[in-house]
Amino acid sequence: MDIFKKISNIDRRLIYTALGLVVLIPILFKMVLPTRVSEPVQTAYDYIQNLPEGSVVMFSVDYDASSEPEIQPMLLSMLRHCFTKKHKVIMMGQWALGLPLGELAMAAVAPQFDAKYGTDYVNLGYRPGQRAQMVGLGREFRDFFKVDYRNTPVDDLPLMKGVHNYNNIDLLVGLEAGNSGDEWIQFAGARYGLKIIIGATGVIAPDMFHYMQAKQIQGLIGGLQGAAEYEVLVKKPGTGVAGMVAQSWAHLLLLGFILLGNLGYFVAKRRKN
Amino acid sequence: MTHLIGTWIAAGLTLAIFSFLYKDNPMYNVAEQLYVGVSAAFAILYTWAFDVWPMLIEPMVMGRGAASTLDRWILIVPTIFGLMMLSRWIPKISWLSRWSISLTVGIAAGLGITGQIQGVLLPQIRATLVPLNNFNNILMVVGVISTLIYFYFSAVHKGIVKIGARAGVVFIMVAFGASFGYTVMARISLLIGRLNFLVTDWLHLVK
Amino acid sequence: MKKSIPLAITLITGVIIVVTFFIPHQPLGSMQQRLLIWYSIVLGFTLLLGIDSLLRSNITKIVRRQQNWGYAIVLLAGFIFTMVAGIYTFFTTNSLLTLGSSFMFVYTYFIIPLQATMFALLAFFIASSAYRAFRARTLEATLLLVTAAIVMLGRVPVGARIWSQFPVIQDWIMEIPQMAAKRGIFIGIALGTIAMSLRVILGLERNYLS
Repeated sequence: MDIFKKISNIDRRLIYTALGLVVLIPILFKMVLPTRVSEPVQTAYDYIQNLPEGSVVMFSVDYDASSEPEIQPMLLSMLRHCFTKKHKVIMMGQWALGLPLGELAMAAVAPQFDAKYGTDYVNLGYRPGQRAQMVGLGREFRDFFKVDYRNTPVDDLPLMKGVHNYNNIDLLVGLEAGNSGDEWIQFAGARYGLKIIIGATGVIAPDMFHYMQAKQIQGLIGGLQGAAEYEVLVKKPGTGVAGMVAQSWAHLLLLGFILLGNLGYFVAKRRKN
Repeated sequence: MTHLIGTWIAAGLTLAIFSFLYKDNPMYNVAEQLYVGVSAAFAILYTWAFDVWPMLIEPMVMGRGAASTLDRWILIVPTIFGLMMLSRWIPKISWLSRWSISLTVGIAAGLGITGQIQGVLLPQIRATLVPLNNFNNILMVVGVISTLIYFYFSAVHKGIVKIGARAGVVFIMVAFGASFGYTVMARISLLIGRLNFLVTDWLHLVK
Repeated sequence: MKKSIPLAITLITGVIIVVTFFIPHQPLGSMQQRLLIWYSIVLGFTLLLGIDSLLRSNITKIVRRQQNWGYAIVLLAGFIFTMVAGIYTFFTTNSLLTLGSSFMFVYTYFIIPLQATMFALLAFFIASSAYRAFRARTLEATLLLVTAAIVMLGRVPVGARIWSQFPVIQDWIMEIPQMAAKRGIFIGIALGTIAMSLRVILGLERNYLS
């Protein structure tokens, strides 16, 4: 078979194997490359860094296991950052299947900083309603969250004593895999002036740049690269940084395959003409 | 011990799903059906634990946390609407679910109007009104306007509209190319996550 | 009555929500808050709608020994197993998210690997389909391809090693031309959503009632 026909008809299982190998090898050999920090991530970091000590930061866990490799490293880094700065953390979520991930992250990070549940952090849990809930929280949290995820009355938690609505929240960090980020910006940000930082999957991060330019959000962390950048900033490299070499090789492989496909296509086209 | 058993279960399920890459097979189908069954149970459990129990049973039935008697017993109304939503299970009375749907649709539509105007339209237009004193600003304004022209199908795309639409296509292609690049990054990240689990947590090949 | 009352409910609730935006004072403010709470409660019941048909169809498959009824047993087994784990966890610990509980075991070792791996498959499919279908046939397709290549190289550390300007150009693409096009698209979506929402509230759009 003609070489150009061969390269434009590579078996898909060969492609799968090649992709699997270029991702596996850097993981096995723990290869690392220096990570450059981009402006949107630096802006997000600086905003949290400059908040007065003891500020109330609310995390909205709006993703699930299908986005966990990208966003969980972001959540871990940002929780570390908040606890280092002695900020108070309130966790909640719009995605039912994502809330356990938030709880797992909290369980991993909070003990490292001697953070106490109820005083330093609280997990309110999940309520359905999304946009309706976002608007309702602007008036009174207790209308939706009378109890936390452990069914403890919210009024029994010291941290929540002074928290009634968005006026008592200094920053919202939305960790987004879908459209809840847009709704936070529309309903909590625009209507109530809540400051928002978005951590988004690679799929929706491009749709957040126009909010960044319009200053509707105070920072944007996009995809695994964004997670790696934040890990570098908090000086605790984790799975984000560890995954960047595999990411690099995979991108090069993909571009190589696309180039081969186009090469075969154009040569075949020229011969046909 | 629980962690060890769990890790082996997770690894088995991961490999079962990955086996689909070779070809469709019973292992993959078992994993897929398991996922559907577990997710269905999750939906019921979550509805109970995060909706029915804290927002209905505790305040209405147990009287905990309700500010007044009115606040307590008025919850009968959404309870009835919620049950009416489930009337879809019974074809003879499924028309009752329209009342619940219309409640949620009306509220969502009302929020949609105000949210889109205040949260998207006005801030985004405001952010586009920039001084045209540098290349980036000019390019940004041209990009926004030409994209809007492209999607305006009420006028025939000829003459000046055609030029605007062609410019819009250029910007849209750049946007889609960027989105594709980010999407590739996202999907590869998921693969990195799973392979990382297999070699680190399961096989302990990497510490 | 089967259609007029639902349309009236949509109109009343929609109008209350919009008017309260401009007049947030009493009694409209608390009326809106109550409606929002009701929305949240009723939406929770919506999650259950698909479960009935799912369980019914799979039980029928098993009883009638239809094709692939063995898989239906797996589905129901997973369902029952998770329900038991969740009910036990909730009533012994007063919460589903208790670490170390049977529910969290199911979540950590069943849901996470199943869900994450399902989506990880997409990496392979995107590679294969990009190789087969991504052709620079036209000027527009070439532009898309070149932009994708620059973004893919600029987003990863190796791109900076190949050429130091890749990350800089990638940043510029995302912040200016890409952002401009997305802004145009989102403004268009906003206008469309506003128009559609108005039509729904005024009863001109009734598809949701069927």
